[in-house]
Amino acid sequence: MADPRAADRPAPGSSVPGPRSPARRSAASRAWDTLRYYAPAIVVFVAGLVLWEFAVSALGLQKFILPKPSAIAAALIERAGTLVPSARTTFVEAVGGLAIGTLAGTLVAFVTSRFATARDALLPWAVAANAVPIIAFAPIMNNWFGVLSPLSKMMIVAILVFFPVMINVTRGLSQVDASAVELMRSYAASEWTILRKVRIPNALPFFFTALKIATTLSLIGAIVGEYFGGVDLVLGRQIVQSASALRFDVTWAAIVLGAAMGIVFYLVVAGLERLLIPWHGSVREGG
Amino acid sequence: MTESAPAVVTIAGVDKTFEVAGQAGTQALQGIDLEIRRGEFVSLIGPSGCGKSTLLRLIGDLTTPSAGTVTVNGKTAHRARLDRDYGMVFQAPVLFDWRTVEENVALPLEILGRPKSERIARAREMLELVELQGFLRHHPYQLSGGMQQRVAIARALAFEPSIQLMDETFGALDEMTRERMNSEVLRIWERTGTTIVFVTHSIPEAVFLSSRVVVMSARPGRISQVIEADLPRPRGFETREQPRYFGLVTQVREALHGPQAQVATVGGPGSPARTAAEGAVG
Amino acid sequence: MAGPRAGFGKSGSQAGLVRQGLTVVGFFVLILGLWEGVKFVGGDPWRSGEQVLWNPPLRIFFASDLNLPHVWTIVSVFGAPAQRESPISLGQFLVGAALYTWREAAIGFALGAALGLGLASLFVHFRLLERAFVPYVIASQTIPIVALAPMIAFAFGQSVVSVVIIATYLTFFPVTIAGIRGLRSPDPRALELMRSYAGSRWATYRKLRLPASLPYLFTALKISATASIVGAIIGEGPGGIPDGLGRAIINFNQAYITFPAKLWATIFVSALVGIAFFLLIRLVETLVLRGRQAPAV
Repeated sequence: MADPRAADRPAPGSSVPGPRSPARRSAASRAWDTLRYYAPAIVVFVAGLVLWEFAVSALGLQKFILPKPSAIAAALIERAGTLVPSARTTFVEAVGGLAIGTLAGTLVAFVTSRFATARDALLPWAVAANAVPIIAFAPIMNNWFGVLSPLSKMMIVAILVFFPVMINVTRGLSQVDASAVELMRSYAASEWTILRKVRIPNALPFFFTALKIATTLSLIGAIVGEYFGGVDLVLGRQIVQSASALRFDVTWAAIVLGAAMGIVFYLVVAGLERLLIPWHGSVREGG
Repeated sequence: MTESAPAVVTIAGVDKTFEVAGQAGTQALQGIDLEIRRGEFVSLIGPSGCGKSTLLRLIGDLTTPSAGTVTVNGKTAHRARLDRDYGMVFQAPVLFDWRTVEENVALPLEILGRPKSERIARAREMLELVELQGFLRHHPYQLSGGMQQRVAIARALAFEPSIQLMDETFGALDEMTRERMNSEVLRIWERTGTTIVFVTHSIPEAVFLSSRVVVMSARPGRISQVIEADLPRPRGFETREQPRYFGLVTQVREALHGPQAQVATVGGPGSPARTAAEGAVG
Repeated sequence: MAGPRAGFGKSGSQAGLVRQGLTVVGFFVLILGLWEGVKFVGGDPWRSGEQVLWNPPLRIFFASDLNLPHVWTIVSVFGAPAQRESPISLGQFLVGAALYTWREAAIGFALGAALGLGLASLFVHFRLLERAFVPYVIASQTIPIVALAPMIAFAFGQSVVSVVIIATYLTFFPVTIAGIRGLRSPDPRALELMRSYAGSRWATYRKLRLPASLPYLFTALKISATASIVGAIIGEGPGGIPDGLGRAIINFNQAYITFPAKLWATIFVSALVGIAFFLLIRLVETLVLRGRQAPAV
């Protein structure tokens, strides 16, 4: 909630006295700021690649485990025919599981946050269940839904994603400023109105926090599920097979694909967040 | 006008004890009897812990008395809240981060189901009243604390309730802004004829605004004195320079501090200018 | 109504704890009831020896005895021999395996936590380093551990060292991110206060930043506790460790058709280890953060 501590002094963070509308700074200057912000990371990336390329040959590092970036790129091109379809299937599993888990988690969160006793009983269980390692249920899901079926991987991802979403959305719906609820009570607003006008907007930042965690988890979950068994043309199996054949360049190529997908996925959600909740502190400060 | 007006708020024999698990409860209020008539401007003033905020919340049905009754507009406080008879302005602005200033002010009207065009028109009108018409599209985080509080006031006025409950509304503001806002509130009060119950820490504010000042004492919370603030209306900046004003301020201060006040006002805390002025008044 | 609670963290009043314990137990009983209830409605016929005790009206695919063994089957398999002709029971074997895995995880956890806090402290004081490296810290977590595990095992040999490295890898990330947020969390005015005392950066770190970061760190440590177990279990496969839960899962998964209950038993034990470690950290959190707000959950 907005904080009135600074009586009539300018809002914190503004260099100009009085309120400042962010729209005043041009889009070009903001783009330049973003570029400047990420410059060190870009430098590190380029430098890292160059270093990697030369260190491997210069230091005679085992070409097996740490191939040169050029070798990885070559492997990626060489095996594109298998790796790209594999990446696609894995991605579909991840997205499918993400959708199921997020939907289920959100629905259950709505129910639990409504009834305080249910919430107090379920939430510790949910947090504990979240602490169960994925390897505990991956084999079971493979057995239930068929190890060769993408559905088994989707279910693994769904379970993995369900708990962070449910926990965060429950918190978002419940941890509302008590005075905001009192304000609504003073308007004799019904619980349903309070839900619509206060709890749900309040929960959006929590939802996005969970979603960002979930995107990373979904890809990892799909790949770990595939590790325990699956068709050949999925990233997890490609990784396992290439590693046991000691073709680590292919393994790394698969990893790079998986990581790239994960980063893009995360950025899509972050972009969505910037679009939907521009007013929230974490989005404003670019955090 | 106020003497013959009907009572809109009647508080009879009210006690309020807050239970704390495993310990003896704190008695916030004891034996409160108070009548507030239509169109009055009543201030509640007292030291911390005297229960003035609790009393306000009892009127607003945000908490219930342990004993006694609270009647608002001839109904129970609960009924009055459901009928939306009153508006409330809290200490903190309690604005919604995700809404623009305009949307925040329109919130009660949304809940009342007013049509959109009416909501927008009314919100703009209220924001003009508090002189924030240039900030309709801003979000709360872009405003200073004082401006946020003005938005909260605009919001409280939006649906024109017959009773306004204000809880240390101007507490976070500096003196100059506070005095200006005091005049604003009076201007709005005179125009709308709302009954206002106003909790404050500031003695000058209480005297300047009210028809009656209810002085409370703490542990347990009780009404120790009710002082008629019989300054002529309409009140403006000149009112703050009248001898009668200073006399009332002294009266309230003495009621707050008890018999020691006589000594305290001469040698104790307070700006030298004010003390000198009071000394001159006698 | 006196007004709603803003959050829902309960303070540790006696009656509250008992009530929470009861609801937890109650929920557990509910799950058991659901488990057998589903089998009652749509599982395989309930047998005792050769006699059919009950024939469920429906057939739900995941409620069969193969997919969802009876609770008592799973319970009883703890007493069965761990492997054919093995002198010890499954229960004993699993406890031993669990402890073994937990030790690996605990070392990885400690290292990962130290690394995470160290990195966070570095990044908080040197913003340039933060901007340069944090994107890669985040990106590192998009690399599935099942991919890195074989390579780490290849590089460091099939030994406990590889497993610990993998556990550390999974642990350090949440701690780093939470550490950065936590060390930066103090009110700017509190930082100004330290400057007004002419406090050095080290003093500010010790007296203000570090204590302020503890709630954030503990939230991350609770996640890391689980992550370290996951890392240890996954690492044991490529790491060639025969004594831990990882190998047990792989073995019993392969033998699933014959002995489905054994895999379930192993899974429950793995889950318990994860939860137990989590609860341990939570206990430490309650002790260390005594006097502050109770943990949210």
